[in-house]
Amino acid sequence: MKKLFFSFALVSMCFYSLNAQTLDTSKLDLNYYQKFKDKNMSLNVYNWGEYISDGSDESMDINKEFEELTGIKVNYSTFASNEELYVKLKVGGIAYDIIIPSDYMIAKLIKEKLVQKINFNNIPAAKNIDSRFYKQLYDPTGEYSVAYTWGVNGIIYNTKKVTEDIVDWNILFNDKYKGQILMYYNPRDAFGVAQAYLNYSLNTTNEMELRETARILKEQKPLVQAYVMDEIYDKMEAGEAALGVYYAGDSLSMIENNPDLKFVIPEKGANLFVDAICIPSNAQNVEAAELYINFLCEAEVALANIEYINYGSPNNAAIEIMSEEVKNNPLIYPPAEVLDNCEVYITLPDETNLLMEELWNEILSDDSTYGGWVVPISLVVVVALCVAIIVLRKKKRREN
Amino acid sequence: MIKKILSRTYIAFIFLFLYAPIAILIFFSFNKARGRGVFTGFTLEWYNRLFSNDLILTSFLNTIIVAAVSSVLATIIGTMAAIGISSFNKKMKSAIMGVTYISIINPEIVTGVSLMLLFVIMKLKFGFTTLILAHITFNIPYVILNVLPKLRQQDNSLYEAALDLGCTPTLAFWKVVIPDIFPGIVAGFLMALTYSLDDFVVSYFTSGITSQTLPITIYSMTRKRVSPEINAISTVIFTIVLITLVIINIKEIKKEKYLTQLKRKFNKNN
Repeated sequence: MKKLFFSFALVSMCFYSLNAQTLDTSKLDLNYYQKFKDKNMSLNVYNWGEYISDGSDESMDINKEFEELTGIKVNYSTFASNEELYVKLKVGGIAYDIIIPSDYMIAKLIKEKLVQKINFNNIPAAKNIDSRFYKQLYDPTGEYSVAYTWGVNGIIYNTKKVTEDIVDWNILFNDKYKGQILMYYNPRDAFGVAQAYLNYSLNTTNEMELRETARILKEQKPLVQAYVMDEIYDKMEAGEAALGVYYAGDSLSMIENNPDLKFVIPEKGANLFVDAICIPSNAQNVEAAELYINFLCEAEVALANIEYINYGSPNNAAIEIMSEEVKNNPLIYPPAEVLDNCEVYITLPDETNLLMEELWNEILSDDSTYGGWVVPISLVVVVALCVAIIVLRKKKRREN
Repeated sequence: MIKKILSRTYIAFIFLFLYAPIAILIFFSFNKARGRGVFTGFTLEWYNRLFSNDLILTSFLNTIIVAAVSSVLATIIGTMAAIGISSFNKKMKSAIMGVTYISIINPEIVTGVSLMLLFVIMKLKFGFTTLILAHITFNIPYVILNVLPKLRQQDNSLYEAALDLGCTPTLAFWKVVIPDIFPGIVAGFLMALTYSLDDFVVSYFTSGITSQTLPITIYSMTRKRVSPEINAISTVIFTIVLITLVIINIKEIKKEKYLTQLKRKFNKNN
């Protein structure tokens, strides 16, 4: 049995190494990459789950290629949200060398001095990155981060169920699709959608505007089938819902599985997000981290990576060698006039975050269909039952 | 008759609710498409990919290592604690048991965060050490609660008889007390093992870079789609557990048969 298992594992591994894409290292500067070859170094990378090309689907195994090229061991671990990453950094106790947070979290990390300035002299390949991505709101001086991926969000809909010609944010608030709409299950993105619909800034700190947004979301609630994150894949692909909001790259993979689906970036503008590579202030191995960042910026590596992740690449050199079909896909690389309408999230002041969180909880807990009486009544019933049982028991005991 | 049918359907429903999710998971681990919504064809690809996915395999291995080490240590510590507690007087006993129950009732997230803060204050490096320490901490109460009842059931005169027959206290302890409470120890160990395998919240706060466990890896996939390789590894785990249980049960049945045969023989001879 054991033998069988191992031979199976071995066969499948061989099968994979044959299929996986490998890197042509002849074009790389070997002197640069191999300067730490025999120093037994290791590098701690903390990235989103499923967010690097890992050798499956005939893609390139980036971490393995990097280890083979530089002799530096990569310890790779994953997180699920920016907030999770923030907690791990803030508490300390773990020293990561590379982290890949999103825009608004980078701004916060810079403000709290949890990330350090990057020495771009040691990262020659960073010149491949389009400068517009690190001159954004989150890292105005461009000293702390190197853009990794970017994308926009929009509406994904089922053409069999949605017959309208022009799909815009207002469709998410249309009675016609009652019980057919999927919304984000996180306050920032959900508020962002309603704010874009109301023509407010996605970074508004105006209390009136936030309350108005919350009112709109509350009104929308009866129309919403479910508040989801990654459950949207299954629901949209199986045709359980007519429309939903999600990120462009992920929507494309839904379309691959169900050709009836279509994705649109509303004209009024949407959220533009950037995930970028940073080095935490308590990193143990900054030199290896610089090598790693440089490796990720190499045209071929970046291309293999972005083909796996399916988001937009900020890497000009990678875009140059990309297939025309992908390069010209207006959903992954929307034209400039669409991008001009899009807005990047920036870190909001604490009071705004608090208010948003409060309003969000209000939206989720406000359940008009139950009229709000279900909880108190069931509580009363439970208490009454308990009392009854105790009284009956005592009575029985007394009779005995 | 009607009663029988009703009870049978009731049981059938319970089993349906218990096992339908697992059955669906196993079913979709053979699905060609990445999604769980539609079945597009049979494939073994996800199993194939699973064996070449380093992240999933290492986190699975980490989970196993942490579960094994922490449950063994927790069993040893917990058994010793239980023996100690059983010799206390009544007041002291109930006080200690109260403290033991607290760590079970305590929300896991509180345990996780407080352990994390403790480790930070102690300047421990997050990794296997902290993770195993944390798992031992939340496993000990389960062992104690499984061993204590066995100690209470135990007949103290057996131990005394062993002493009378010339055993030293240590020898009597190993030869009489331990075998007597052994089922409780095993139950406690198994419980600690399952809790350790399952745990997400505490591990999430106390794991380090090289000690990420499978539940954390799965959770981190939720931004993008959870990979069907997870269905595959869950199926593998489920099958292993099922096979082990079947083997254990068959052995038990055989043992019981053997015992009843012995009894019959014994009765005949008398």
